[in-house]
Amino acid sequence: MSSVTLQNVVKRFHRFTAVHEVNLEIPDGAFVTLLGPSGCGKTTNLRMIAGLLDPTEGEILIGGKRVNDVPIHKRNLGIVFQNYALFPHKTVAENVAFGLKYRDVPKAEIAGRVQKALDLVQLPDVGTRYPKALSGGQQQRIALARAIVIEPDVLLLDEPLSALDANLREDMRVELKRIQEQIGVTTVFVTHDQSEALAMSDRIVVMSAGRIEQVGTPEEVYNTPASEFVASFLGASNILPARITGQDADTVHLEDPLFGAVPVPAAKAPALAGASRAKLVLRAEKLQIVAAGAPTPGMIAAPAFVETVDYQGQTVRYFVRVGNTQMQAINMIDERPYAQGEAVQAAFRPKDCAALPES
Amino acid sequence: MSIEARERRQPWILLSPALTTIGLLLFVPLLFIVVYSFWLRTATGADQAGFYLDNWREALSDPFYRDILLFTLKIAAITTLVCAVMGYPAAYFIARSRGNKAILLLLLMLPFWISYIIRTMSWINILGVSGALNSLLIWLGIISEPMQMLYNQTTVILGLVHFLLPFMILNVFVSLEGIDVTLEDAANSLGATKWEAFLQVTLPLSLPGLAAGGLLCFVLGAGTYITPLVLGGPTDAMFANLVYEAIITQLNWPLGSALSLMLLVVLGVLVMIYNRYLGMAQLMKGLG
Repeated sequence: MSSVTLQNVVKRFHRFTAVHEVNLEIPDGAFVTLLGPSGCGKTTNLRMIAGLLDPTEGEILIGGKRVNDVPIHKRNLGIVFQNYALFPHKTVAENVAFGLKYRDVPKAEIAGRVQKALDLVQLPDVGTRYPKALSGGQQQRIALARAIVIEPDVLLLDEPLSALDANLREDMRVELKRIQEQIGVTTVFVTHDQSEALAMSDRIVVMSAGRIEQVGTPEEVYNTPASEFVASFLGASNILPARITGQDADTVHLEDPLFGAVPVPAAKAPALAGASRAKLVLRAEKLQIVAAGAPTPGMIAAPAFVETVDYQGQTVRYFVRVGNTQMQAINMIDERPYAQGEAVQAAFRPKDCAALPES
Repeated sequence: MSIEARERRQPWILLSPALTTIGLLLFVPLLFIVVYSFWLRTATGADQAGFYLDNWREALSDPFYRDILLFTLKIAAITTLVCAVMGYPAAYFIARSRGNKAILLLLLMLPFWISYIIRTMSWINILGVSGALNSLLIWLGIISEPMQMLYNQTTVILGLVHFLLPFMILNVFVSLEGIDVTLEDAANSLGATKWEAFLQVTLPLSLPGLAAGGLLCFVLGAGTYITPLVLGGPTDAMFANLVYEAIITQLNWPLGSALSLMLLVVLGVLVMIYNRYLGMAQLMKGLG
């Protein structure tokens, strides 16, 4: 097991720059997710760590050693590919044993280690079958077994869950995290799915257009987004322009044209010193729709009316109009959802807000 | 008519023009040849209809025919091997190249636009006594008299390779195209070098294409008569030349028919053997 470090890493393809000056420290044993939309450079980063691509500039270190010039077959990494990349002409056991053949593992030991890996992914009895005879989820587990049986220094997962259907994906998410915790291997996980990132990661690296937007724990990136991009990429957020009317030790006072004065906790409004304008960020789950005229203790409220109702069973997503601005609210349903066209109030607690500098 | 019945009929409707053409132009003439092979050519030169086994007895018992058959199979085998060794790397290069794949494939097809006979005869201009190579060597002062490079076994094989190489490349290319490139990445990540990954993953998965290309080269090579006629010497006749000789020169259609059926049976058996092997290969490919 090893840490992974990227120092000023740049990757250009001809004139297109896929990755700009990325600096990243992935600690030993951590589960770090590279999250972003397609084309943000997350897979390019992963492929550079893997040794499938050469960085144009910068250094890549694994376990403190520079690996820029180390070919992929000497890096001792376990990679799980998006399409699993199981060898179709080899049995499951032969697939899992593949990497052991190149590691001077005594023949007698190979079968035992293959079986242990198959046990770990909870498919102990499929060794003699061919990959084609397994379901997508099972192939996924075999690909994982093949990657971890070699006891890699780093485990790289390239959108491994995206080819599975929704239910299976959630099961595998839990399973993958369990296995990672059990073997404790440093893991780099690439995904565009925010719920996967939030559920599995110790740290999330949010990327956009080849740059790192924010690095933090799932709670940090979710509750204190460092940029408008992060706020809107991780779940649905309402972003409102606001004026800064004052700042003190633990509060930043904002003035919003729709809701009036909003005191935002200073911890959730970093990097605003000296600015006069800011952006108020409010997650859709934190915006409560309440009946017109009902009391809203401890909340800031404004009259609104429901434009669209997106019913989702347990929850409902409203698009409401407040003044001339459309806002989104995701609420638990109490008895029945509000109807389209109904006059309501949009309300929130100021401590649920975050503020970003106006860029 | 039910939808199922219509769907069952549809393939036959679509196949009928091709089946009719093949039936009339291949199977009916083949039937004629079978019938002819049992006729007898009399001393007067006329064919006598009937059921005589004389042609078959001659074709099967005369060591002359057996030796030429074996020689034909040998030449075809060498040609196939050379095509495989030369064609595989070329196919791999085309399959793995980016962007200009279409141009490379077009270049591969280009020779098909020129008649096979012209392509074969072009070697006379290159290797002949007053051909390009001799002229160059004399001009360079390496030799003073032109060398006789044509009309031997090697030039026959050269001509056949020239003719058959694109078939090999295309077949291998198609099978390589069907192999997921991340399989090699996966093998590399597990510790295999590029070469080991190729031997362990890509080569076995491309064997069906190599086998298909090999069969095509072998069958086409074994059945040819133009290449040995144009580029071979007097002792380089292949089996199809015997058929040509019997039918065109001696006008002995019954014997020619028996000989051509003999070659057909030998190559047919080879195809059947391949078919059994392909059954396994298809399975392997099907697993991908």
